[in-house]
Amino acid sequence: MKPIQQQDVQRELETFMNQDVYLHLETTNGAYASHFNEKFFSAGAYIRNGLVRFSRGQITGEGPYRIGLKMDLGWIYAEGLTDWELTDNGQLLLAGHDHDGKLAVALELSHEPF
Amino acid sequence: MQRPVLVVFPHPDDEAFGVSGSISKFTNQGIPVTYICMTLGEMGRNMGKPTFATRESLPHIRRSELEEACRLAGIKDLRRFGLRDKTVEFEDQEQLADRVLEVIKELDPQLIITFYPGYSVHPDHDACGAAVIRAARKLPEKERPVINCIAFAHNTIEDLGEPDVKRDVSDVIDQKLSVLQAHRSQTEAMVQAMKEQIDAKDPEVMGRFITEKFWTYKW
Repeated sequence: MKPIQQQDVQRELETFMNQDVYLHLETTNGAYASHFNEKFFSAGAYIRNGLVRFSRGQITGEGPYRIGLKMDLGWIYAEGLTDWELTDNGQLLLAGHDHDGKLAVALELSHEPF
Repeated sequence: MQRPVLVVFPHPDDEAFGVSGSISKFTNQGIPVTYICMTLGEMGRNMGKPTFATRESLPHIRRSELEEACRLAGIKDLRRFGLRDKTVEFEDQEQLADRVLEVIKELDPQLIITFYPGYSVHPDHDACGAAVIRAARKLPEKERPVINCIAFAHNTIEDLGEPDVKRDVSDVIDQKLSVLQAHRSQTEAMVQAMKEQIDAKDPEVMGRFITEKFWTYKW
């Protein structure tokens, strides 16, 4: 992956608009967060291969970045995004890596199931 | 031919930290080891340091790392169960236990190594250990293989007492380090730090790393 270039990501986001696409969305602080620090409240969620359609996709911020995808009846949102990649099979991968390089958030779009 | 040892863990690299010394000792003595690895650790947070993996490439990378780690530890029989990381506890627990039981019946192992259910911190660890115990419970008590469990929750000693099996693996420490290093995406930075501490004979690291500790499951 490479550091996010806002305009490049914006252009790619728009190629996924107004059609059924597959979504991977995840946040995580790791299964060990509360083990290493008992005061830490561990929380996370993920959805894999959610079939969604959005009419607007926008990246904002100055790094780490935020992305909002506007659907007919709702929103998809991620923050803390730092890196991106367009894979050989056209999947748009975005991730947020923390100060240790560990993945903290991922937002991915694909025309085919992941 | 000696009866095999069966190792059951949910993630590639679970075998590396607390068990690869024991595994190496077994295989070096000619005891065959079968490793059931339930997932490919698809949801790992470590992406290499510096990062070289993505969420989508990670399973492929971890699969080759796992195969290399098995080669280095002398494991010739790797069974991937094809579950997804972080979902083991949500699978049908009875079916999962039956899959494990099938392997136990096929191999008739002299020993099983897994996580101690309830004392292994990660939900996949606990679910994996629970599936093994559930599988073995289906056998009459005197036919159940000995099960040695890894446990590292904070309340382990308080609840379970001291580990009853402590295996010194200092004679295979280089092999153990090489197994850890094979899981490069997950361990690169840690192994480097650990090597320095081992060279300096840091007592805490030596104790944790050179002595592998297990709690025999009591029925």
